[in-house]
Amino acid sequence: MKIVNTSINKMDSKSLVTGKPVYTDDIAPTNALIVKLLRSPHAHALIKSINKTNAMKVPGIECILTWEDLEQNRFTTAGQSFPEPSPQDRQILDRRLRCVGDPVAIVAGSDEKSVLRAISLIKVEYDVLEPILDFRKAKDNEILIHPEENWEALCQVGADNKKNLCAHEVFEYGDIEGELKACEIVIDEIYHTKANSQTMMEPFCTYTHLDTYGRLSIVSSTQVPFHVRRIAAKALGLPKSQIRVVKPRIGGGFGAKQSVVSELFPAAVTMATGKPAKMIFTRKESFTNGSPRHEMEIHVKLGANMEGDIKAIYMYTLSNAGAYGDHGPTTVGLVGHKSMAIYNHANAYKFDYDVVYTNNPWGGAYRGYGATQGFFALESAINELAVKLNMDPIELRRKNLVQVGEKMTAYYGETLESCALTECIEKAKEMTDWDHKYPCRDMGNDKIRAIGMAVAMQGSGISNLDIASAELKLNDEGFYTLMLGSADMGTGCDTILAQMAAECLECQVDKIIVHGVDTDISPYDTGSYASSTTYITGNAVIKTCETFIEKMIQESAKILHCDNDDLEFDGTRIYQRNGEKQITIKELGNASYLGGHNCISASESFYSPVSPPPFMAGIVEIELDKTTGQVDIIDFAAVVDCGTPINPNLARIQTEGGIAQGIGMALFEDVLYDKEGRMMTDSFMQYKIPSRLDVGKIRVEFESSYEPTGPFGAKSIGEIVINTPAPALASAIYNASKVKLTELPMTSEKILLGMLENEKQDKHDFTGGW
Amino acid sequence: MEVKIKVNHKNITDNIPADLLLIDFLRKHGFYSVKRGCDTANCGLCTVLIADEPVLSCAVLTARANGSHITTLEGMQKEAEVFGSFMADEGAEQCGFCSPGFIMSVLAMEKEFEKKGITNPSEDQINKYLSGNLCRCTGYMSHTRAIMKYLKRAGGLK
Repeated sequence: MKIVNTSINKMDSKSLVTGKPVYTDDIAPTNALIVKLLRSPHAHALIKSINKTNAMKVPGIECILTWEDLEQNRFTTAGQSFPEPSPQDRQILDRRLRCVGDPVAIVAGSDEKSVLRAISLIKVEYDVLEPILDFRKAKDNEILIHPEENWEALCQVGADNKKNLCAHEVFEYGDIEGELKACEIVIDEIYHTKANSQTMMEPFCTYTHLDTYGRLSIVSSTQVPFHVRRIAAKALGLPKSQIRVVKPRIGGGFGAKQSVVSELFPAAVTMATGKPAKMIFTRKESFTNGSPRHEMEIHVKLGANMEGDIKAIYMYTLSNAGAYGDHGPTTVGLVGHKSMAIYNHANAYKFDYDVVYTNNPWGGAYRGYGATQGFFALESAINELAVKLNMDPIELRRKNLVQVGEKMTAYYGETLESCALTECIEKAKEMTDWDHKYPCRDMGNDKIRAIGMAVAMQGSGISNLDIASAELKLNDEGFYTLMLGSADMGTGCDTILAQMAAECLECQVDKIIVHGVDTDISPYDTGSYASSTTYITGNAVIKTCETFIEKMIQESAKILHCDNDDLEFDGTRIYQRNGEKQITIKELGNASYLGGHNCISASESFYSPVSPPPFMAGIVEIELDKTTGQVDIIDFAAVVDCGTPINPNLARIQTEGGIAQGIGMALFEDVLYDKEGRMMTDSFMQYKIPSRLDVGKIRVEFESSYEPTGPFGAKSIGEIVINTPAPALASAIYNASKVKLTELPMTSEKILLGMLENEKQDKHDFTGGW
Repeated sequence: MEVKIKVNHKNITDNIPADLLLIDFLRKHGFYSVKRGCDTANCGLCTVLIADEPVLSCAVLTARANGSHITTLEGMQKEAEVFGSFMADEGAEQCGFCSPGFIMSVLAMEKEFEKKGITNPSEDQINKYLSGNLCRCTGYMSHTRAIMKYLKRAGGLK
């Protein structure tokens, strides 16, 4: 491999580092109407009346839309393949408001000030209803979040709006009760992970206009352009053919932009007025109504014998969908199916779940997509088991890890074809000098250094469902155009997919032009989510290249008057294997643009019956201050098996970034609501994400395996990297303080209170802790 | 009110509302490298220079910048390209949305270190200087690698 597995620079890097106007708000027309929302101050209410007379008098106001003005179709804003597993439970504007910040009216005007003034003049009479703000009380509650008759679940996910259920399922293998009873040791814990905000640096933004043909054009910062087209068509009551979606550069997504968030409001304005419109979410709106990670409570029962052989794993998950069910039925599946599968030798597994509606803001996709919550719970339980068995947690894992060739019972019965997890653990162990540092060292001066670890897996795309395609064209002078439908959100997928094409076409990457997504012209791709792009779209690129080379050979054979079979392609020319005839790609490109010959292009699509998991081991060393509970990260060593890293630099950044996000989630990122359901942590003042002073030293290595079904042996990397920090940190904190934390974030306050509680206990109970 | 502001060596005279923030003034005049990432002076994305000092343009009233010289990344294309190439070599620009503000701060840091005679800054000194520039993609390690290599380049800190 010459191009693949090398760290070339991202193709768009020069534009990005020189601050070129490439993002949605930079390229929006300057005459676009400014669109903003009047948002609900109540967590649960019915709109009795809306009076917009005074607001319409504000100079510059172009239109004010309320629920009566718009389509009443129900749809989901979750960007998933149709039929979406997420319930069809919303309208662009609804009479019933289900969380603070739900849209009440769309206001558009010539400038922001007028719009804000108009919003303040809209008079709304609300019938304020009692909300459900505790997700533990939602199921079968007499208050219904979605009582409406046209609520609909398109897939069998166990949803029932009359029970506030967004999804419910039971998966069972073996005799879980019997196995747990027979176990010599059972860990039985309840873990609580809270909502997390993705906080990509570019907030949600969209502009819309009517094109020359009178069609609605939506330019948006989205990971799922084709899903946006479909969802917008249903929401606005338009034929899909009347909508075009264009994705410029995206300032990060992390799953937040796998939902339709800002698109429909300016689109409704453009349809109502015929004028260009744009909506840029404020950071506050991005926090309060931007589909964060689902809050979950996970009950784990983990059974083993005294030798540390895991015999049974049971996980029950209660997931908080919030006001709408976006991604609710699907995130929860990864909680159990990804985490349990890594311990593949148990005799019994059970995983069941309820996903409930509440009057909290709705959840959505966030990197890791449920697996992150699941791994916090199960890996914490595994670390607790190691403590109880007085066994090194690495040794405990070594005994129980899934091996290549095994059928993974808890992972849809898929067979594991590639895995270097054991090597990952060994390398991380070596990098951190684990044997000398486990479990902790007292540094004196009230500081303790401790070490903790966790492992994780994820998938590569959604098996048997999502699809990607690519299209290649030969241009005159012999350069290529690669058309893709996957949305580069900054990770560099345009570059790595071009690297794969260059590898197949045996040329330099700069011979290949890549085009961002435009649903009018790009080949179909379900979008960039579920860790799918490298694997699914990558395979589509390879298939396309194979067909494309065949077509170039066929055309060359006609020009050279010889058989296809005699010809070979070497990157710069097509030549006769045992003869003298040849044609360069440049000549072929030029010839193909003349009558008598054919323009050469090829397009193939790919889907996968399997979703091969990447693996990762993470070891963290912390320093804990005994007097304050403050945790400082000294070192985070991560070793990843993503098959073949297509671009090691970009894979490394993905890993470092995911770990930093995981550290934030583990230690301080905290979504808090007041008792009326209003978010209190709605800015970077209150919701602290890691700065460069908070992440310590993150070190990344790769232990490559070769995935036979992957493009050049590659698996995914995007999501897995966020899964180990929380459980590894929980373990390190326990090793330093003997405080067992089961709720995120693990703030210094919780640690200190835990240490004080331990001291109190020790005074009364000489048998020690657990 | 009327303001006269020099941006990247070009004079701009404009009639502005008194409460106009500098970030909105600059974007209105086409300096799109200035990004809005928050509204609370927390993320560093809107960093520009006023008289060579880095400031958050979301926390400055345009009126207060009257008569001063502002530099945005559009006015530092060469410097941005040089440091940017070190970032690109690490893959550190990622989504790129925080890059302009970050690069403005790095270039200001370099000048300040030079002024103070700090020829061999530690990672800790660098991290402290740049702690107000948030990034959600990279995890910051690649930034540090790029900065270290950049400062040690030929013609770097003396």
